[in-house]
Amino acid sequence: MSVELPVLTAKDYASDQEIRWCPRCGDYSILAQMKKVLPTLGIPKEKFVFVSGIGCSSRFPYYMDTYGIHSIHGRAPAIASGVKLSNPELQVWVITGDGDALSIGGNHLMHAIRRNINLNIILFNNQIYGLTKGQYSPTSPQGKRTKSSPYGSIELPLSPLSVAIGANATFVARSVDVDVKHLEATLKRAANHKGTSFVEVYQDCNVFNTGAFDYASKKGTKLDNLVYLEDGKPLIYGQNKDKGIRLNGMNRPEVVELGKGISEDDLLFHDEKAEDSSLAFMLSRLKYPNFPEPVGVFRNVSHPVYDEDVETQLKETIDSLGDGDLEKLFNSGDTWVVE
Amino acid sequence: MASTDVIHSEDTNGKPIEKLETVVIRFCGDSGDGMQLAGTQFTNVSAVFGNDVSTLPDFPAEIRAPAGSLGGVSGFQLSFSSQDIFTPGDEVDTLVAMNPAALKTNSNDLKRGGMLIVNEDAFDKSNLGKAGYESNPLEDENELVSYDLHKVPMTRLTRDAVADLGLSSREAERCKNFFALGLVYWLYDRDPSPTEEWVKSKFAKNPTLIEANILALKAGRNYGDITEAFRVHYQVPKAKLAPGKYRKITGNEATALGFATIARISNKELIYCGYPITPASDILHELSKLKNFGVKTFQAEDEIAAMSATIGAAFGGALAITATSGPGICLKAEAIGLGVITELPMVIVNVQRGGPSTGLPTKTEQSDLLQAMYGRNGESPLPVLAPANPGDCFHLIQEAMRIAVEFMTPVFFLSDGYIANGAEPWLIPEVSDLKPIKINHPTERNGDDVYLPYLRDENLVRPWAIPGTPGLEHRIGGLEKSDPTGNVAYGDENHQEMTNKRAQKIENIANFIPEQTVEGPEKGDLLLVSWGGTFGSVKTATRRLQAEGKSVAHAHLRYLNPFPKNLETILKSYKQVVAPELNNGQLRMLLRDKYLVDVQGFDKIKGKPFLVSEIVSHINSLLEK
Repeated sequence: MSVELPVLTAKDYASDQEIRWCPRCGDYSILAQMKKVLPTLGIPKEKFVFVSGIGCSSRFPYYMDTYGIHSIHGRAPAIASGVKLSNPELQVWVITGDGDALSIGGNHLMHAIRRNINLNIILFNNQIYGLTKGQYSPTSPQGKRTKSSPYGSIELPLSPLSVAIGANATFVARSVDVDVKHLEATLKRAANHKGTSFVEVYQDCNVFNTGAFDYASKKGTKLDNLVYLEDGKPLIYGQNKDKGIRLNGMNRPEVVELGKGISEDDLLFHDEKAEDSSLAFMLSRLKYPNFPEPVGVFRNVSHPVYDEDVETQLKETIDSLGDGDLEKLFNSGDTWVVE
Repeated sequence: MASTDVIHSEDTNGKPIEKLETVVIRFCGDSGDGMQLAGTQFTNVSAVFGNDVSTLPDFPAEIRAPAGSLGGVSGFQLSFSSQDIFTPGDEVDTLVAMNPAALKTNSNDLKRGGMLIVNEDAFDKSNLGKAGYESNPLEDENELVSYDLHKVPMTRLTRDAVADLGLSSREAERCKNFFALGLVYWLYDRDPSPTEEWVKSKFAKNPTLIEANILALKAGRNYGDITEAFRVHYQVPKAKLAPGKYRKITGNEATALGFATIARISNKELIYCGYPITPASDILHELSKLKNFGVKTFQAEDEIAAMSATIGAAFGGALAITATSGPGICLKAEAIGLGVITELPMVIVNVQRGGPSTGLPTKTEQSDLLQAMYGRNGESPLPVLAPANPGDCFHLIQEAMRIAVEFMTPVFFLSDGYIANGAEPWLIPEVSDLKPIKINHPTERNGDDVYLPYLRDENLVRPWAIPGTPGLEHRIGGLEKSDPTGNVAYGDENHQEMTNKRAQKIENIANFIPEQTVEGPEKGDLLLVSWGGTFGSVKTATRRLQAEGKSVAHAHLRYLNPFPKNLETILKSYKQVVAPELNNGQLRMLLRDKYLVDVQGFDKIKGKPFLVSEIVSHINSLLEK
């Protein structure tokens, strides 16, 4: 029996709370795309839960008219895991940032991904601590001058996608805040994946780190700096689609120009379903300006899902041991009677 | 022995049997000698026989400290009696020491004239050296003279007993704990069959080991029966416990069972989120077996995640619980604060151990009371309950869950290592006598076409709507909010109001918990106030003082926040009030703060429970002043 769902629109997912992000913050666009995607998923509105930690991005749940928890710094993946454990039918989204997910919450992120709990984790990467007014974050580039690194940060940054792939994530993608169509499509694919979906969104903090992703978002430059991943397709990019990435004799990626004896067939073909994650990992290491940075779905494989397995194990145990009987449990082991 | 040394009868070998009321035995040896097993088996057969029992396992934090070293000694003390008993005993009547290190670290607790049974084969030069003996105390006429010493070549006799089974000498020697057990079974006229059954099921896959251990057990028994070394043996008759069916239970087992029970009878899913930590891990182990009761266990990546997942599970509508020990609570503190401000129901068990920091992981202490009360940022009140003994864990943990749900709050349950690992007979309850929690998840909006998550009832309790319920979508979080919308609010008056409401809600619980009871006179010279695992020692001390004619009463607190409403009157009805605690006076501080009563302390922080005699002599000294 199919139940007809009421037809909802983005507006139905807006809460009555005033949005307090800075004007022109990249977060607005992500919120807007999310509100567009949810009504298209065929999931009743009451089944969505948004869980966040601390940071600018983590105010997100307050602006969605769904169930939500704005929690504590870094712990959203763990809280979301508990929610999912209590009711696997809920669609649970984790909204986090580069500091929240990769610094204070790195452990929880890694383990949620490792377990392949059916969560959608969206990491807003702005390469800065915005809510605390401008300190360098674990994704800030080396040399970055911030309030806490006035002479330049000496730390090396993490690639969020490399971390996720290292933890054996089953769905890994990247998009850009202002690339609205691409972002919408990416969020939708993340929602439909079974298991942990991990999406990095390049997000402009126009107050503390403005322009960090101009190379990936400005009309004149982005096509030369991004390569859009499509499953089974060669890695071609550039304004005129005349550049590509191929593997050289050492199996290392290199940028090549098409023509002059190099055809599409010589290029690296994307395979998001490859069980071996080394291709996805290699793609996650490609960095501007030496390479175009891939966007789209890096990896999309099917593995056992934690919350489903929890339910299965309960059922199997009931099948083999019988539904639990308290009286039997109380009376197990050596017992004796006092008259 | 403890009392009534009347020659009662003779056994078939003509050896006399004496009747005793209460006996305290301690098995001690190297960590690898199987002393916990021997103690547990003796406890089982005594409980099944019908004695009252109380146990005190005492083991090192190292899984296998260097063999023969003082630090590697593991002990198991138990008291069994024909009377109601509440402690594992002060002085040891019979000490079984499997090596020199065990003898050295335990002989001081053996009473003068007590029986000392040693495995003399272990007293070689190497072991003596490791224990710091310059000469063999078993051969020194001036050592051990005050004890009834029995030197038994247990290693050799065990090897001989299993010689025909083709075991390696190492395997054969490993059976020597069963030899010791068999000997003590003979000594106290115990029926070995529960142990034999246990061996059969434990080693079901290895018939040779079944045979070996049972042969060792029999050899020990025969040794007592046949040799001239032991002239008498003893009987401890059945205790007059309340009629009913019993089993043995530890505090951790009872805690896990209580959790599973309350969820089952309330028709709710139980979700346990935890991280392994001594001495709380057994709760995780027990619950993880109960999948056919619908119990979900989540072994989180750390204590912070365990607490966070507990909060998530509570938001999702489960009975959500976690258990840890003091260091784990430190890590959980921030998330517990989130539980307080979001007002979600959950139970947090702290099986307390010696601190600070890693402290004494395997030893008991009750020094986390103030942590439970105040160990979070901001004004962050929550209820605190503490069980009195292992069996009480079963009932009080259900009460903790009930308070959590009925008042929408995290609840602290302060167990301790002594209660958690200690065992006692447990009167098995009738399932039909247990009271479920009435749980109401709203399905209708409670406002004007909106759902108001913080619309409070007359007790200031908010509703528990859960995700998946159409039309009740709402957000909660760690930022200050306003009633009844739950919307973020930073206003000054609002923060004052919300802080007051959260505190008043917890205070209101006092209207729903039982009044404090007192054992002894309603007014008098001295009141002993205790909480948690010191119950048995303080109760026994009180009875002893009362028997001496002293005007002494005892109030044992199970509800520590809020306190029972009549507590102030009780405290003010005695000339002196003394709070013995295994800390530096934490309950004392709370009582003095709240009631301005001159509560005196009696503190002990040695990783061990109180001896009854310590309390009795301290109270007597106060009464004489």
